Amino acid sequence: MNIFDILGPIMVGPSSSHTAGAVRIGYTTRVLLGEPVREAEIGLHGSFAATGQGHGTDRALVAGLLGMKPDDMRIPESFAEAQKQGMKFCIQATQISGAHPNTAYLKVKGDSGKTLEVQASSLGGGRINISKLDGITVDCTGENPTLIVRNYDQPGYVSGVTTALAQNFVNIATLKLYREKRGGQAVMVIESDQEISREMIDQIAAMPGIIKVTYLRGEQI
Amino acid sequence: MAYQSLQEIINCGIEEGVPFWKAVLLDDIHERTIREEDSLRTMHKMWEAMVSASDHYDGALRSRSTLVGGMGAKMEEYRKSGKPLCGDFVSKVIMLAIQMAESNACMKRIVAAPTAGACGVLPAVLIGLYQEENIPDEIIVESLYVAAGIGQVIAARAFIAGAAGGCQAEIGTASAMAAGALVHLRNGDSEQIVHAAGMALKNLLGLVCDPVAGLVEVPCVKRNVVGAVNALSSADMALAGIRCQIPPDQVIDAMKEVGEAMHVSLRETGEGGVANTPWAREFAGK
Repeated sequence: MNIFDILGPIMVGPSSSHTAGAVRIGYTTRVLLGEPVREAEIGLHGSFAATGQGHGTDRALVAGLLGMKPDDMRIPESFAEAQKQGMKFCIQATQISGAHPNTAYLKVKGDSGKTLEVQASSLGGGRINISKLDGITVDCTGENPTLIVRNYDQPGYVSGVTTALAQNFVNIATLKLYREKRGGQAVMVIESDQEISREMIDQIAAMPGIIKVTYLRGEQI
Repeated sequence: MAYQSLQEIINCGIEEGVPFWKAVLLDDIHERTIREEDSLRTMHKMWEAMVSASDHYDGALRSRSTLVGGMGAKMEEYRKSGKPLCGDFVSKVIMLAIQMAESNACMKRIVAAPTAGACGVLPAVLIGLYQEENIPDEIIVESLYVAAGIGQVIAARAFIAGAAGGCQAEIGTASAMAAGALVHLRNGDSEQIVHAAGMALKNLLGLVCDPVAGLVEVPCVKRNVVGAVNALSSADMALAGIRCQIPPDQVIDAMKEVGEAMHVSLRETGEGGVANTPWAREFAGK
C-alpha cells in the first residue's frame, strides 16, 4: 500500500468498499467494454446486496458505468444521469457461490452491440479485484497495466504474446493463464511494469490464435 | 519496501538527517519511482480536498436512512450561543469532525483517512489548528506525511479496515495519525510523534465496529469525534514529555491481536454491539 492508499482516495462517501470500490467496478467494466454502455444488468451479492442501497452501491455502480470516477459529485444522481444519457439498467440481488462478500456481477451491452460479463469484488479502501470476464477467471486488480488476451488453447500463442512484449521492452510483472477446457478458449492475464502502446495491442490482436485483447492502463482512476 | 515499523521511519530520518515527515516523503518517491514535486503535489491535493469538503458542509442534508445529518449544524449553533464545556478550540474540533463524517454519510466528497468511515478525525484537528493559528499550507502538508507514514505502518503491521479489526483499526488508526500530525505542527520531535500515535491507538484499543443496519452512520459519525479529541489529548501528553510506556510499534501489534480476537459480529457485520440493540434491530428491519 502506498501512502495515498492511506491518505485517500478523494471520494464520494459513505464507504470506500461499498461506494468508491463500486464506482471503480462500474468504471473498469466500461473501460473493458471499450465503448459507452447502452444496457446493463447488475447483480449484487452478499453485503453489496444487504447494505448496498444505504451505501449507494447501486448508484455507484451505475455512475461508474457512465464513466464517472469515485470523486465525481454526480454519483448520488447517477440514476437520473443514466436516463439522460439513455442507458438502461436493472439491479437485483443475486447469489454467487463462493464469491467475496462485496461482489457485483455486470452484464453490459455497448453502443455497437458488443457485450461483456464481469464479476468483480470490492476489497476495501476502494481497491477492487476483477474475478471473472465472460465467465472465465482472470483475478486482476487493474492497478498495474494489465493486458487480458483471449486465445485458443493451442501451443505457441502464449510465447507469441510474451515475445512481442519483450521485443517492445515491456517487462512482465505477473502472468496468469486460465482456460475453460483443454483445447477450448483460454485467457492470459499479463500485468506489466510499463504501459503497453496502442500499436502493440493492435499487433497482438492481429496475431494468429488470438480472439480478443483488452487492456487496462494502470491506475486509470 | 515500505516502512514496516515506526522505529524504522525514525531510524531512516536519523540516517538521512531528515525529519520524520521527510523520511515518509523520501520513501514514497522511492517506492513509486516518482519525483519529489509529484508526491508533494498529490499531498497538497489531498489537503485542498479536505478543506473544500469541510467548507461545503450542508447542515440541511440527511443521509438516505435519515439517521444522521444536521448534527454538525447543531454543534455550530451551540458554540455560538452557549459556553461549550470543552472550550472554543476543542468544541470547534468536535464540530468539524461531526460535519465531515456527516458529509460522508450524505454522499458528499471527502478524503478517506485512512477510511471513509474515519474521514472526519484528521481534518478536524488539522483544519481546527490551521484556522486557529494560521499555519502555512506547506507545514500542514508536512504533517499529512507524518499521518500517512503512521497509517502506512499500522496497515502493514495490523489492519485499517473495520471488517478486519473493528473500529479500533479505523478510528484508532485515524486518531494515531492525527496525534502524530499534531505533534509535528507543534514542532515535536520524531520520538514525540510516535509516542503520541502510540498513546492515541492504545486508548482506543478494543473499540468494536458495530454499524446500525450496516451503514456508516451510527455510531460511526460520533466516533470520529472521540478519535479527534483523543488525538488532541495524546498529542498534548506527548508534547508534555509523557511517553507511551508500551513501545508504539508493540501497541500496533497488540491492536492486531485484539482485532483478530474480536468476534465476527463486532467486525462491521452489523450484527453485534449497538447494531444488535432492540432499537437498532427494529430500525434495520424497516
